[in-house]
Amino acid sequence: MYGVRGSIAAPGPSTARYGGNTSCVRVDGPGGAVLVLDAGSGIRDLRLSKALRRVDVLLTHLHMDHIQGLGFFSALYDPSMEVHIWGPASATLSLEARLRRYLSPPLFPVMLSDVPCRLEFHHVGRERVPIGPFHVRAARVCHPGPTVGYRIETPQASLAYIPDHEPALGARRFPIDPDWTSGFDLAQKVDLLLHDAQYTREEYANCVGWGHSTMRDALAFAVQAGVKRFVPFHHDPARDDEALDRVVAAAVKEVGPDFAVTPAAEGAVFALA
Amino acid sequence: MAQQPVELILARQLAGYLSVPVLVLDPAGVVLFYNEPAERILGVRFEETGRLGPEEADRLIEVSDDPAAGPEDAGRPLVTALQQRRPAHARRWLLRRGDRVRLQVELTAFPLIGQGDRLLGAVAMFWEHQDP
Repeated sequence: MYGVRGSIAAPGPSTARYGGNTSCVRVDGPGGAVLVLDAGSGIRDLRLSKALRRVDVLLTHLHMDHIQGLGFFSALYDPSMEVHIWGPASATLSLEARLRRYLSPPLFPVMLSDVPCRLEFHHVGRERVPIGPFHVRAARVCHPGPTVGYRIETPQASLAYIPDHEPALGARRFPIDPDWTSGFDLAQKVDLLLHDAQYTREEYANCVGWGHSTMRDALAFAVQAGVKRFVPFHHDPARDDEALDRVVAAAVKEVGPDFAVTPAAEGAVFALA
Repeated sequence: MAQQPVELILARQLAGYLSVPVLVLDPAGVVLFYNEPAERILGVRFEETGRLGPEEADRLIEVSDDPAAGPEDAGRPLVTALQQRRPAHARRWLLRRGDRVRLQVELTAFPLIGQGDRLLGAVAMFWEHQDP
């Protein structure tokens, strides 16, 4: 994991243990294939093998904390690399056109059209897509603006990545029926779920509709989906390491999951059989 | 049962908070959800029935033209919404078959069209007619 923080980077001594960079996760698959999930500030530290010739970047949405590192991704400046960027279009603009709004002056000095790698854009649909050894499925999830979550599978393992998600929005109680729960199909019975868990219940009361979950709701979602391991993700930038420990412990005590709960941390590695 | 698209999930959540009767339908005309105010119109509770197919809905209510309605009321709003992908509005008499109560209503229906021009369903709202 290269970035696990939500909303804005939060570096400093108080967040050093879990890390201050925004969303970026690397998935290594059979045969050396690499997927990169989101391009937050953490992507700057992501280095690829010199032998690799293709990398696929899967963007969940285009909020700044998920794309702000893209212009600093070393693979973009390697002429021998093929970089495939996947993500949602909007109702009127392509993914590429939307990204160019950021990766162009005056917000960024380098135009996307000027980077030396071979760059390709792909709109994510509802179909399951093979990318190298992975099968990737995207689905729109409850979050402001076009936003997807991803389910990534190999014959050996499965992972769901839903870093910005508010499945409890508008629900009088949560969880509700699985059929009516945003993101449920993506997360169902995965080996590892990385899911938004930004707020405490008290904080959420002032942030309803902003597209994020409480730690308790995220954990309840994980229980409902029957996941094997849960990784709370998208930590609030105002949450220091000790406070995050307390929020996780309280939610685990309340919900009582029968699987491991391990808060996302920069540098953490999860091996999926 | 397959998971509903997020657009329908949000439509259902919104309907759950409104005080006007609202039905959420899939593209085949199956009523996937109706809110509490709509339970009064249909004469049944959602928790008891769950989703309603067109035949089941027809067993609960009978919708007929209102002779006093103007020519602009011609057509069936839900059919228009689902088949022509246009919003429509009409004034109708509605007979609740369970207790034979007749209600004069106005019906607004609009299609839910997602990304890629995908028809996800429709929303129908009932407005009980109030005499001035």
